[in-house]
Amino acid sequence: MKQFTSMNGLVAPLDRANVDTDMIIPKQFLKSIKRTGFGKNLFDELRYMDEGQPDQDCDNRPLNPDFVLNQARYQGASVLLARQNFGCGSSREHAPWALDDFGFRSVIAPSFADIFFNNCFKNGLLPIVLTESEVDQLFSEVEASEGYALAIDLEQQTVTTPGGDVFTFEVDAFRKHCLLNGLDDIGVTLEDADAIRSYEEERRKAAPWLFA
Amino acid sequence: MAGKTLYDKLWDAHEVKRRADGSSLIYIDRQLLHEVTSPQAFEGLRLAGRAPWRIDANLATPDHNVPTTDRKEGVAGIEDPVSRIQVQTLDENCEEFGITEFKMLDQRQGIVHVIGPEQGATLPGMTVVCGDSHTSTHGAFGALAHGIGTSEVEHVLATQTLVQKKMKNMLVKVNGSVGPGITGKDIVLAVIGRIGTAGGNGCAIEFAGQAIEELSMEGRMTVCNMAIEAGARVGVIGVDQTTIDYVKGRPYAPKGDLWDKAVAAWQDLKSDPDAHFDKVVEINAADIAPQVTWGTSPEMVLPVHETVPNPERIDDAVKKEGVERALQYMGLKADMPISEIKLDRVFIGSCTNSRIEDLRQAAQVVKGRKVAASLKQALVVPGSGLVKAQAEQEGLDKVFTDAGLEWREPGCSMCLAMNADKLGQGEHCASTSNRNFEGRQGFGGRTHLVSPAMAAAAAVAGHFVDVREFVKS
Repeated sequence: MKQFTSMNGLVAPLDRANVDTDMIIPKQFLKSIKRTGFGKNLFDELRYMDEGQPDQDCDNRPLNPDFVLNQARYQGASVLLARQNFGCGSSREHAPWALDDFGFRSVIAPSFADIFFNNCFKNGLLPIVLTESEVDQLFSEVEASEGYALAIDLEQQTVTTPGGDVFTFEVDAFRKHCLLNGLDDIGVTLEDADAIRSYEEERRKAAPWLFA
Repeated sequence: MAGKTLYDKLWDAHEVKRRADGSSLIYIDRQLLHEVTSPQAFEGLRLAGRAPWRIDANLATPDHNVPTTDRKEGVAGIEDPVSRIQVQTLDENCEEFGITEFKMLDQRQGIVHVIGPEQGATLPGMTVVCGDSHTSTHGAFGALAHGIGTSEVEHVLATQTLVQKKMKNMLVKVNGSVGPGITGKDIVLAVIGRIGTAGGNGCAIEFAGQAIEELSMEGRMTVCNMAIEAGARVGVIGVDQTTIDYVKGRPYAPKGDLWDKAVAAWQDLKSDPDAHFDKVVEINAADIAPQVTWGTSPEMVLPVHETVPNPERIDDAVKKEGVERALQYMGLKADMPISEIKLDRVFIGSCTNSRIEDLRQAAQVVKGRKVAASLKQALVVPGSGLVKAQAEQEGLDKVFTDAGLEWREPGCSMCLAMNADKLGQGEHCASTSNRNFEGRQGFGGRTHLVSPAMAAAAAVAGHFVDVREFVKS
């Protein structure tokens, strides 16, 4: 898995609550059997004026000029600033794949949907929960100042604004460990293969119908 | 010490190991696989040279991409080449790894969340996962079931476990009985309307109370199916005689002595009377009217006799903007009655509402009536080949086609429009599915979530009507 330690990146603000995974990557693109190449269709229905098709060349599609990621000042953004319940809906991991493929390394919001939140960690994409008031502050600062970038430090669990404000965030110890070291968590789990086998043996005795 | 909730019991029974960092390894009894979220997981296994840990814990079927029209030519007949490759890839992966798959032309094929219970592959007390958020459906059986991403599908294939942190316990108690014509769909939409789409984030929701106990297994599956629309990955309902009667005799259910042992063990699959819940919401069943969503999130839902909200009367800025945006997308005016929303299409199907009871309820409403001339299409898509066969045996297909609805082959179909069944831009659809997100049923399409009976009544009227009054007319 991709490692995440620290970064300093341009912020793009997506000022909208309950952004669902259908919006992040519409269903027609889920037909791919690969993990890559979803970036050009990230937020497809918001980003383009027409209906996108898989394997289409997106370079000549009409862009929605009002959509934040189409604005010149946010080109090259690697931190997405979002509102509450980001990533709700479908469990499609294509959503973090698309965000990652587009170039985002972190998403900051006051809350995330559970499955999306979990999926991010599997792909080296760091979801950060800050308080409503901290997120409000970031929205007003990013909109007021072109080139606004945030410094994120996973080891320290901090987000630092250009003005020097430091916000701290929580992260599970195991997820942090995997991200910092770029660990494959299947490999980590298989270190406990004996524990899994002995659980299975006990379970087979207690509930044999589950193994019939 | 306080007693345990059902979720606590399921968790404890499956915890392989608690790790020093506070996470746990949870054993997975059943994984359901479909074509959309599994190819990258199988590819991951191949690249790492790993074999599946326990092949017989997996069961696969294609559902999201499959056409619901003529299937004579099988997979080769799927017109969209990208969809075809995805279904072929599932077939190839299941063959390579030796996983049981109900292929497209198998009568047992259907939507994963319909076939698991139908086959008895979902049993009380199991942990059930699938790369699909509506896996919460299986919680109706007193199972710990939730959706996972593709990396976790691979993790389960390789290790038969998941790394998890325990969720909070939330109880949604629906007191008393619902009135006539009110279904599990109306109950769960009313719950989502009350607690919001993030109301269950971080929680396992247990649905309880008299109205839940009085539901059939089909109704309970509908309720748990939409727990995820309230933000909860897990929805769960305690085991009772209704559960056991449903499971008995199904192909994958235990038989003979094993059945007796299993049933004895399943008696404990309910929350203790003194169990502690972190959050409790109580709802009076008698207050629930037929529900219709008007907006672009399942929480934007109202009883059918209400009017569409007016953003001018909303103080919270983020909420107000959300309502304005939804009204614009949906092409609705503030304060207009929901009954005046004109429909272009009707979809009866999906993992929420495509089981035999759903089809019976819809058929009862359209029997002897005709679909409104103003409608472009009304689709009925059974949840599995076996549901389809049973409906045909009961003559329901004939009731639908006589009324002018189309009778299709099983699959996810227009719920998410990955196959050819979709809405056109700006079209309004009364749908028995689970998500009314922008573009969900087709680019620019406008979805209104309702129960099968409400969808059927709307198909005849051409607009929303209260099915309770409609059936009297």
